[in-house]
Amino acid sequence: MYCYAPMEYFIELTFSGLTRGSIYALIALGYTMVYGIIGLINFAHGEIYMIGAFTALIASSVLTYLGLPLPAILILAALAAIIWSAAYGYTMEKIAYRPLRDAPRLSPLISAIGMSIFLQNYVQLAQTADYLPFPALIPEFDFLEPYAGIVGSTDLVILVVSALGMIGLMLLIKYTRTGKAMRATAQDKKMALLLGINVDRIISITFIIGSGLAALGGVLIASHIGQINLYIGFIAGIKAFTAAVLGGIGSIPGAVLGSYILGLTEAFATGYVSSDYEDVFAFSLLVLILIFRPAGLLGKATIEKV
Amino acid sequence: MLEIKNIDVFYGNIQALHGVSLRVNQGEIITLIGANGAGKSTTLMAISGIVPPRSGSILFEGRDISAMAADEIFKLGLCQVPEGRHIFPELTVTENLDMGAFLRRDSKGIAQDLEYIYQLFPILAKRRHQPGGNLSGGEQQMLAISRALMSRPRLLLLDEPSMGLAPLITKQIFDIIRTINQEQHTTIFLVEQNANLALQTAHRGYVLENGRVVMQDQAAELLSNTAIQKAYLGI
Repeated sequence: MYCYAPMEYFIELTFSGLTRGSIYALIALGYTMVYGIIGLINFAHGEIYMIGAFTALIASSVLTYLGLPLPAILILAALAAIIWSAAYGYTMEKIAYRPLRDAPRLSPLISAIGMSIFLQNYVQLAQTADYLPFPALIPEFDFLEPYAGIVGSTDLVILVVSALGMIGLMLLIKYTRTGKAMRATAQDKKMALLLGINVDRIISITFIIGSGLAALGGVLIASHIGQINLYIGFIAGIKAFTAAVLGGIGSIPGAVLGSYILGLTEAFATGYVSSDYEDVFAFSLLVLILIFRPAGLLGKATIEKV
Repeated sequence: MLEIKNIDVFYGNIQALHGVSLRVNQGEIITLIGANGAGKSTTLMAISGIVPPRSGSILFEGRDISAMAADEIFKLGLCQVPEGRHIFPELTVTENLDMGAFLRRDSKGIAQDLEYIYQLFPILAKRRHQPGGNLSGGEQQMLAISRALMSRPRLLLLDEPSMGLAPLITKQIFDIIRTINQEQHTTIFLVEQNANLALQTAHRGYVLENGRVVMQDQAAELLSNTAIQKAYLGI
């Protein structure tokens, strides 16, 4: 029996907020990277996350049937989800966005909404519209036993894995040849072309990385919550998009910062007020920040190109 | 080296170039002069594959490149420094230079070229860790030319290198252009509104008016041509 001290409760909520924030960040990075490079809000990005969760569910069922141990199932199922979702992201860009590269900005946006609806319906037909139970793939750590009420094993795994994913992304973007080309393409596409950079390929790589990170988020959260359905992508997508806008869409550190702020706000609103009000607080925060900093926390004010 | 034969270039339904023909020989500096909107930049964009011509051909060392993709053309050794410099503003000076060498794999050669560039432009060495966007106009032009040099171009296309620069800086830039031509044996295709300076730097020149080549000659001849003096040199 646990009796909460206010401080312990506060720490528990902080962990819960950071966990949510980590998941939002994994999804928000895809939104912000794609926006940074082609100026498109990819409304189908949440569906990639949902497909990641479904893929992990299928993969883990097969792997469990084969009798593999739990950590191996988690790692292999996550890998399968990442690869499969990355393939979806790559294909989506190629068929739904690339042909509209030089079209008015509204056209790819509508194409993205269409893609989102298509993918939801496709999963509904191919899988089910019902909730499906998702196995707890993340093992329970014994050393966390004394802190059971404050931080769970899944929280810790989500925090660490997503942090590693984000650090990996930052290193890739800062130091590798591809990462530099991604930044160059985002800053000046025509010049990148004039320097022999294959801009189409850089855009494909951006979709692949963004989709892979979203899929990782999908696996982790599904394992945490224990059930999935075809609408999880819509809800998580809206939240992550909010986080990306909050931090300044197009900015990678902004997406991470916005995600943690949003996650913590929701956790404290749930913990101290009521879970009915978590969205009220989240979106009020968004409105407030956009009033005072229209470009988001770390975004740069730019001239609207529409 | 480069031979443009009778190209027509359109932006949508608007024709920007009408049957433009010109040639660039190995090792020379040629210049294309003309008023604003004559089609000078369009000519360069057509060569680089950004705005492919609707008809006519562009031969680079005998090979037709008029329908090739921009990155394929670049791989043949044609590099353009576009008008307005187009420095990547948030990449550091070194990272900007790295992007010039994006397709190269010889890290030793890249390091050597970087050394050469820092010797040529000591100011860039001093600012190597600063974002490109923080540089002054003249420094950005130096960086833009250096970035192009990092690809070891065989033909360097320069679009309005003097734009927005103080006369003293402009002179410095043009001295460097001559140095590059002499030391590196890089062939240079120079597009410039400052016709006086361009004709003093180049070996030969073409005059473009309303999308048509109206005159071509040795640079010295063009400089002393009264019609050119009247129209472009303000004499």
